[in-house]
Amino acid sequence: MLSVSNLHAAVEEKAILKGLTLEVPAGEVHAIMGPNGAGKSTLSYVLTGRSGYEVTEGSATLNGEDLLALEPNERAAKGVFLSFQYPLEIPGVPALTFIRTALNAQRKARGEAEITAPEFLKLARAKAAELKIDFDMLKRALNVGFSGGEKKRMEILQMAMLSPRFLILDETDSGLDIDALRIVADGVNALRGPDRGMLVITHYQRLLDYIKPDRVHVLSGGRIVASGGPELALELEREGYDKYARAAA
Amino acid sequence: MTVAAAIRERDVSKLPGKRDEDWRWTDLRGLIRQAPDPSAPLDAASLAAGTFDALAEDVVVVANGHGGAHVGVEPGEAKVVALRIVSRGDGAHAARVSIDVEATGHLVLLETYEGEGAYLSQTGLLISLGQDASVERIVLAADDAEGVTVSQAEVELAPGAEYAQTVLTGGARRQRLQTTVRHPGGHAGLRLDGVYLLDGKRHADLTTVVTHAAVHGTTEQLTKGVVRDQARGVFQGRIVVAQGADHTDARMGHHALILSDRAEVDAKPELEIYADDVSCAHGNTVGALDEDALFYARQRGIPEPDARAMLTEAFIGEVIDRIGHEPAREIARVWAAERLRV
Repeated sequence: MLSVSNLHAAVEEKAILKGLTLEVPAGEVHAIMGPNGAGKSTLSYVLTGRSGYEVTEGSATLNGEDLLALEPNERAAKGVFLSFQYPLEIPGVPALTFIRTALNAQRKARGEAEITAPEFLKLARAKAAELKIDFDMLKRALNVGFSGGEKKRMEILQMAMLSPRFLILDETDSGLDIDALRIVADGVNALRGPDRGMLVITHYQRLLDYIKPDRVHVLSGGRIVASGGPELALELEREGYDKYARAAA
Repeated sequence: MTVAAAIRERDVSKLPGKRDEDWRWTDLRGLIRQAPDPSAPLDAASLAAGTFDALAEDVVVVANGHGGAHVGVEPGEAKVVALRIVSRGDGAHAARVSIDVEATGHLVLLETYEGEGAYLSQTGLLISLGQDASVERIVLAADDAEGVTVSQAEVELAPGAEYAQTVLTGGARRQRLQTTVRHPGGHAGLRLDGVYLLDGKRHADLTTVVTHAAVHGTTEQLTKGVVRDQARGVFQGRIVVAQGADHTDARMGHHALILSDRAEVDAKPELEIYADDVSCAHGNTVGALDEDALFYARQRGIPEPDARAMLTEAFIGEVIDRIGHEPAREIARVWAAERLRV
């Protein structure tokens, strides 16, 4: 599914990723953990094509297709979804309008027919109910004046509606209380399936109690310095990142 | 009105220019070196239907400076009037229009500027509202890229009157759309909004001067602009609160997006307050489209041109949403969308 090989990337000519290699097969959930400044968010932005993140070496493919050659919206249409650490506010654009525009743009890019208004509303109502989001909230400008938890739920709602093939969750637990975390995690877990891959980026182990990973990788100094099963996350929680920070240096 | 005098007397030295403080960003003196010939007569009957004709009971046409010069609304009467200011050719013309809405009368004035050619056009409007009268004036300025247009409206409010205005413009070679309001307080309400969407080398200047003369008056202003290419937008908003005009509540906002390196926006919001107990505020921002929001929309699958159009339409939509007359509001929305989807 996702295959990243020897990826090097720089921001304002400062090297952040320094030879990152990672394989996430279809059907698996992988966690990326690491200290602040390790390059976690950079990885999510490089994979989704944000400007200002320059790939200097290496490759990233999704099901064999070169992601790095595509525009951000083309990557989205191929099924790459990033749940932002800090979801943006979009003044003047109701959440429903935004999501429908996105969904239809993706469908169009894939050569599929647009979703009809009644179908769309039915889907939105169902997914909002699952995520305990008040439907009236979707008529308001996206994320404007929403709390941190509401914004994260809105990310998961968009994810559920856009039905991506590969999910990147960037610090999805930050700003969430336990109840909100459970709702968000349930939403994410509902999307687990044999055809989907997920990359869960987190600083803390807490989120992984709710979204159980198949593999855990430690990102430090711009590279994956250790990989293991779910037990690795517990070890990190106990012992911290120190020994990996030293290994990277 | 010096522009009108310059046209009528064919004397370019009477045109305002950059040495006049209020005109320094809209220099006509430096632009027009020779007095243009007077415009040829234009037969209003030869014109195709105007944008707002279907919404109006009366259509008043001023063609190359000639034509209907008066709109009247009787006490208690409610009317929708389309006022078309039409310019054709390369000549100069000036016109006066007076609009009287008597006590408790209600007028929706749907005003258009429609130009083809390298004309110089000036229109002076006198709009007076009686006690408890109300007016909503919606101006859609569709001038030629080679045209020069000056519109100068003077609004007189009586106590208890409500005046709301939205000026929407695509600019011209040089264009000034000016509104001066004498606000008597006395619970009269005023809304002055504007939208400018400029491309190419177009220029638009939205200037407003509001004088609060007595107690208990409100003014709300919101102007937004989007400029690209080498276009230039000008916003000058002055609110004067005279001595003794206590309990005035005045708010002014101007926000612009500059979408290219060579486009320009000049803004001068001014509050001059001589009264003690007032609530006044102004906000002014000029910047680029939020790149983070743009990336966010693209990450969700929306192609860049569509994402830009969506974000700029939403930005302008805040002003358009304030238009009260619903069919005109929808025409304004379509007008804006067409200009922003390029």
